Amino acid sequence: MLTVLLLLIPVLAGLVALFTGAASAKSIALGSSLLTLGLTLFSVLTYSAPLGFDASWIDLLGARFTLQLDAGLSRLMVLLTALVYPLLYLAFTQRSVERPGVFYGLLSLSQAGLMGVFMAQDALLFYLFWEVALIPVYFLSSMYGGERRIPVSFKFFVYTFLGSLVMLVGMIIIYRHSALRSFALTDFISAGREFSGVEQQGLFWMLFLAFAIKMPIFPFHTWQPDAYEQSATPVTVVLSALMVKMGLFAVAVWLLPVLPLGVAYWSPIVMGMAVIGIVYASCMALVQNNMKRVVAYSSIAHIGLMAAALFSNSGIATQGAYIQMFNHGITILGMWLLLSMIEERTETQNMNELGGIASVAPRFTIALVLIAFANIALPLTNGFPGEFLMFTGMFSSGAANAHTLTAVAGLAVILSAAYTLWMVQKLVFGETNARTASFRDLNTTELISLSFILLLILALGIYPNAILAWVPTAG
Amino acid sequence: MQLAWLIPIFPLVGFLISGLGRNKLGHSAGWIATAAILASFLLSLGVFFNVLAMPADAAPTVVTLFDFISAGNLHIPFAFQLDALSATFLLIITGIGFLIHVYSIAYMGHDDGFGKFFAYLNLFVFSMLLLVMGNNYIIMFIGWEGVGLCSYLLIGFWYKNLSYTYAARKAFVMNRIGDLGFLVGLFLVYAKYGTFNYVELQQAIASSNDTLYLTYIALCFFVGAMGKSAQLPLFTWLPDAMAGPTPVSALIHAATMVTAGIYMISRSHFIYSLTQHAQDVILIIGAATAFIAATIATRQNDIKKVLAYSTVSQLGFMFMALGVGAYTAAVFHVITHAFFKALLFLGSGSVIHAVEGEQDIRHMGGLKKYMKTTYMTFLIGCIAIAGIPPLSGFFSKDEIMMHLFASHGLGQIIWAVAVLAAFMTAYYMFRLLFVTFWGEYRGKGHPHESPALMTVPLMVLALFSVIAGFIGIPEVLGGHHWLASFLGRVITPAGEHAELSHSTEYSLMAFAVVVALSGIGLAYVGFKKYQASAQNTGLASFFENKWYLDELYNTIIVKPIMALSSLLEKFVEKMGIDGLVNGVGKSVQWSSTKVRLMQNGMVGTYLFLLVMGMILLFSLQLIYRLF
Repeated sequence: MLTVLLLLIPVLAGLVALFTGAASAKSIALGSSLLTLGLTLFSVLTYSAPLGFDASWIDLLGARFTLQLDAGLSRLMVLLTALVYPLLYLAFTQRSVERPGVFYGLLSLSQAGLMGVFMAQDALLFYLFWEVALIPVYFLSSMYGGERRIPVSFKFFVYTFLGSLVMLVGMIIIYRHSALRSFALTDFISAGREFSGVEQQGLFWMLFLAFAIKMPIFPFHTWQPDAYEQSATPVTVVLSALMVKMGLFAVAVWLLPVLPLGVAYWSPIVMGMAVIGIVYASCMALVQNNMKRVVAYSSIAHIGLMAAALFSNSGIATQGAYIQMFNHGITILGMWLLLSMIEERTETQNMNELGGIASVAPRFTIALVLIAFANIALPLTNGFPGEFLMFTGMFSSGAANAHTLTAVAGLAVILSAAYTLWMVQKLVFGETNARTASFRDLNTTELISLSFILLLILALGIYPNAILAWVPTAG
Repeated sequence: MQLAWLIPIFPLVGFLISGLGRNKLGHSAGWIATAAILASFLLSLGVFFNVLAMPADAAPTVVTLFDFISAGNLHIPFAFQLDALSATFLLIITGIGFLIHVYSIAYMGHDDGFGKFFAYLNLFVFSMLLLVMGNNYIIMFIGWEGVGLCSYLLIGFWYKNLSYTYAARKAFVMNRIGDLGFLVGLFLVYAKYGTFNYVELQQAIASSNDTLYLTYIALCFFVGAMGKSAQLPLFTWLPDAMAGPTPVSALIHAATMVTAGIYMISRSHFIYSLTQHAQDVILIIGAATAFIAATIATRQNDIKKVLAYSTVSQLGFMFMALGVGAYTAAVFHVITHAFFKALLFLGSGSVIHAVEGEQDIRHMGGLKKYMKTTYMTFLIGCIAIAGIPPLSGFFSKDEIMMHLFASHGLGQIIWAVAVLAAFMTAYYMFRLLFVTFWGEYRGKGHPHESPALMTVPLMVLALFSVIAGFIGIPEVLGGHHWLASFLGRVITPAGEHAELSHSTEYSLMAFAVVVALSGIGLAYVGFKKYQASAQNTGLASFFENKWYLDELYNTIIVKPIMALSSLLEKFVEKMGIDGLVNGVGKSVQWSSTKVRLMQNGMVGTYLFLLVMGMILLFSLQLIYRLF
């Protein structure tokens, strides 16, 4: 039942907020997210056995309403989702949004969609939640955000909807071959393995296209910097901290075990794309003047590494990727919150117009520098253990060209330092100017939510075993 | 010994207190930070005597705190290893660190960032202690990156000056180039041997000797050492790092952090001893660095820049020692260099303090009249680094020279280069001394001696610069080389023993002293009464401009990467991929307006309704089923 509650609470809150359009919408959303977080914490901390829920749903198709909160990745992702929303609501204090009912209602609905994606054990249900998460975010980005939001969200929509559609077709094909005519994950796994090598190679792309766009990995990524730049901050956070993880999660749960031959065939290509993407996105990040685009490209580079690790068929790398999916979500949340404060207080995203914030806002600066170093994966921040495990595992894996790929991906170690510190320098160092002279330091609410994020960054950097133990893999 | 984990904890706590309380504590933040280092120093002394009292063949004491990373069959404990090598470094770090903290209380007394400074300094000591205490390469790497972070923060300490923050970023990024090498070395270690633990790795290597593979590992590690210890081609960050406050230059960029590379290679002696080619590379790079940096130092006019290039050059000497397998000699030079170079840097800080922030020695002169203590201690530092017996630098440098001369193959050519570098060392240090302290005062204002908080650390360091060499008096001079036998417990002195006859050793020593004296003499002739001279030309100008290495790197690395990235953004990102996608999008929009199926292009509305309908349908179905 608990798993259903994790879905129902945000759905109800979202619908209430959406249809009453109340000014108290934010309180409703915040309340429901806190309740969800409480339930999640209770369930993950007292975890002993998988929590499940199963009901018949569409008998005609053999689709069942099956949810499961298991010990591994889904527990980690559900916890991340449950953590991000309340922190987001708390820290996003400055600007009052128009039509708060719509805004917070849609955000709540997207939370329900994400929770569903991370718990669904039935392919059709998974697809449903995949769309439920996507549609509110699409509306949010087309209604709230920068001047170019309409074409940008259209691009986002074209990309992701195209992917989803092909994925649905792929899933239906697998379903039609399943012995029991069932959408259940377990049946999918056995059905997928029945396909010949060549068939799996084709099916691979039908599923993977959607995942690759969602992550996104090179060259399916160009919706992302635009979307991050143009969307309102909460939407950007949902996209970058959580929705991109849907792509990685889907690969781990719905692709790797289902189509092993297809995966084996395409892994070298996908790893190659991901690694090219790491270096390519890092280079892009070097030449941006817009701070949000720097972080957007930086995120593509990080996701690329996680994707490559998942496809490397190494237990250690996979474990590293799993915890990095969590840690990246925490770090990027903090990063966007800080950047949005800059944007709101100085009304610009252009780094060339900024500088000197360190001398007027020391607390803000400490937070930014710490989060920047987590982004660079400095040891004892949460960025390090996952990155180190991914590199180590990939290097020792039997994958084709593992050594070369890892070494090239390793260039990110240098480049991430170059662009992240460049951004920090542009934003906070030097003398103040007209825009930054009266920059307000963190207020109490902002301080509380950021302190929480910073503590998580350090705690998981110093004791990564806390979550590593959740996602054990062999070898 | 089981309390050894407290050694890094004290500075960590000091960091938290002085950092969080920086606005309220005022000057007591500095005293708290200093007390933290003192506590670590006392504990380190305890550890040292404990290690000393143990039998020579005892296994190193390991203190395990917790499991840092367990994934698959990879287990990395957060554990410390206490043996002769780590105990030696502990004493250097906390001992010299303590003196520099004391000095800084006066030096930074008027700075707005006083509390912040001490917080960073304590964080640095914490990281440096992790680096040398870890019992595996991952803990070393944690410290390795931590000191890089602190170096970044402290170089850019005066962040309002953008050129300082550039220098900070340059230091960090250049170090990261080295770090990638270190990391790839670690991946190689894990891929074949499956462990990062020093002791286990040593055993694994002993049982399966694959020289080529080990050479790769050794070279990768050395790339890491190049970054941290400022060796060619990755040394240009260190002179720029002088942007930081002077105590930082003394502690981080002379005495401790930059010797991390020497520590790492000494710690990995069991790899390097088996890889002749890697050793040769280290030997050549070390010699080239020692030589090039010394030439540059002869033509610098910024007091700290001279010392910075001198540091690079001296590090080159240490790497030459490592290149012939003389690990003990390298560590010996680390120790003596830590004393006299910290002394020289703090002395230069005292000078800068006295002349109101001026750093150009052309605007100094005659300072020995005004600041006797600083002058005397600086003189001692110069004599020590020049290698005049019986000061410490003589013994450690002499030992390196002996090993170079005694080694076969490349060693003797390298020895000649080292002699040249040693000659220049004596020359540039005494040029610095004469121009700064002799002649007439050429600057503004009234120079004055620094307060006792600054001069007492100078005197202590001067004392050790004199006597530190006595821990390694060679047999030929009637000593026992205590340090060699102490470190010999950890580092097997395989092939390390210089096979030279006593008469050869005596003549080499005499020759070295003559070389140093002639360097001093040349400086005396040229600079005893400094006159503003014409611009440098020819080779001198080439040296003054640092062999144009910064310009070279900019032209062949930085600019091409930036240009390539801009091109990629313009042609691949915007026109290529995005152009394709937008093309698809536009044609959809275009056809939709034609067909007028999707009025206003509001495709989303329809889809939203579609999906909402689906959800409603599914939900109704579910509710119907449930109840």
